[in-house]
Amino acid sequence: MGMTMTQKILAAHAGLDFVEPGQLIEAKLDLVLGNDITSPVAINEFEKIGANSVFDKSRIALVLDHFTPNKDIKAAEQCRQVRQFASKYDIDNFFDVGRVGIEHALLPEQGIVVPGDCVIGADSHTCTYGALGAFSTGVGSTDMAAGMIAGKTWFKVPSAIRVTLTGKLPPYVSGKDVILHLIGEIGVDGALYQSLEFTGEGVASLSMDDRLCIANMAIEAGAKNGIFPVDEVTLAYGENRFRREAVVYEADPDAVYDREVVINLDTLRPTVSFPHLPENTRTIDNVGTVKIDQAVIGSCTNGRMEDLRMAASILKGRKVADGVRCIIIPGTQQIYLDAIREGLAETFILAGAIFSMPTCGPCLGGHMGVLGKGERAVSTTNRNFVGRMGHIESEVYLASPAVAAASAVTGYLTDPAKLN
Amino acid sequence: MNAHGFVHRYGDNVDTDVIIPARYLNTASHSELAAHCMEDIDKEFVNKVKPGDIIVAGKNFGCGSSREHAPIAIKASGVSCVIAPTFARIFYRNAINIGLAILECPEAAAAIQNGDEVTVDFDTGVITDVTTGESFQAQPFPPFIQNIIEKGGLLNSL
Repeated sequence: MGMTMTQKILAAHAGLDFVEPGQLIEAKLDLVLGNDITSPVAINEFEKIGANSVFDKSRIALVLDHFTPNKDIKAAEQCRQVRQFASKYDIDNFFDVGRVGIEHALLPEQGIVVPGDCVIGADSHTCTYGALGAFSTGVGSTDMAAGMIAGKTWFKVPSAIRVTLTGKLPPYVSGKDVILHLIGEIGVDGALYQSLEFTGEGVASLSMDDRLCIANMAIEAGAKNGIFPVDEVTLAYGENRFRREAVVYEADPDAVYDREVVINLDTLRPTVSFPHLPENTRTIDNVGTVKIDQAVIGSCTNGRMEDLRMAASILKGRKVADGVRCIIIPGTQQIYLDAIREGLAETFILAGAIFSMPTCGPCLGGHMGVLGKGERAVSTTNRNFVGRMGHIESEVYLASPAVAAASAVTGYLTDPAKLN
Repeated sequence: MNAHGFVHRYGDNVDTDVIIPARYLNTASHSELAAHCMEDIDKEFVNKVKPGDIIVAGKNFGCGSSREHAPIAIKASGVSCVIAPTFARIFYRNAINIGLAILECPEAAAAIQNGDEVTVDFDTGVITDVTTGESFQAQPFPPFIQNIIEKGGLLNSL
């Protein structure tokens, strides 16, 4: 019996030749991640048991991205605690305001995660790095604390769903539409305890930004991880970027999957998740008339360069509709700078949008765009749960940057291909 | 080890954003988190909950964010056990790691009603609805997991 890509990476990190689904293993970690919300809880646990060293200061990343720049005094205190910890243990990959980006945009960009890695992060969207061919999964703060101390953790080896992609994405259809479509097909617990392995000839046509977006939302189907094969696109992305040597794993031809889902990229349409679950998907052709108050373009899901370029291509020469607040947030400082140099920032500002520094901010109702009672947002973020972006009577419609930008222009959920 | 309390019942896909909204994640204080537990799904929960009470819910309980603040808030509010057909995997791991007892039992989750009096025997995995007299069998925790929960969390048990 062959192994899936995920099984192979886990086997290698557990020092075993073979692992099978359901097997409990102890695996070495290449990276342990936390942010300004989850790290304080981990640091409290770390200190409570009297730990006085970390396993490897180069293999820990602490990223102050959620409530930064500090949104209030309590947030400031949490950041201060993480800052002091990072200083005390001389953590190499500590990112503070001015250098910080949204963690799952930042770590791939900086080459801190590489193909073949085994990564845990105290943030559910840690599964993003599967786009690079790494095993990467979200955990809680206690696991983060134990990981920082020991450099290893236990896993139950997941079984896998094979997601076979065929064809090529049409104009105005992106990785976001692929993952929203998939979640709509299998549901928010469709991949519970399982791995999503993306494969098929359609993968080659997907950019790294698209893949990062798709893997990012694997958790929204309940998955433990989402993973892509390593190909020329991955290796080109990694050139002059990956800080460690990439290790390429391939699924065996006789790997066993629980089931297969086939997605023909040619036929995908822009897709929107209606409140209050990511699985409530409709194509843009079936959304009806949904008036919006706010459009958010950014986050660990869609705050990358291609996302901003797409938004700018739609907003160029147009105006954000009266009564709509359009908030555009780059994923990292580098993306921010590139957007300025390419003229995208000017396009956004002339269109009447705000273009801010990187932060998770509005995605989780933190700051920089919290919704009031009865307000509706179209958002390129990843969750539309009750109260996710603010008031419990507010609504979030998840969509791609193209749909969000087009909707910002009209004031209604809009097919970008139908803009005048 | 046993649990005994009254049931607060919720539906499918209870996410960690409604268990503890992100607007309260600017603190790691257990008592402050408990004061807002379940706020966006049941505003009255914090007023109703009594020490030992049990949450019974639908499938995929605890989906969404990895925030350990969610099981912390539930445990700190006095809840002794959560019963559901399935749990989201990060929540499952977090709950055990912080010492919150959770049991997967589709039959119990379907039958037990809001307000019922329930006992749980963690050694045997038997869940009893005292109100109706019905009993259900869940998979009991292996000893090492029971030890983590009894010690109040993974790091306390090391």
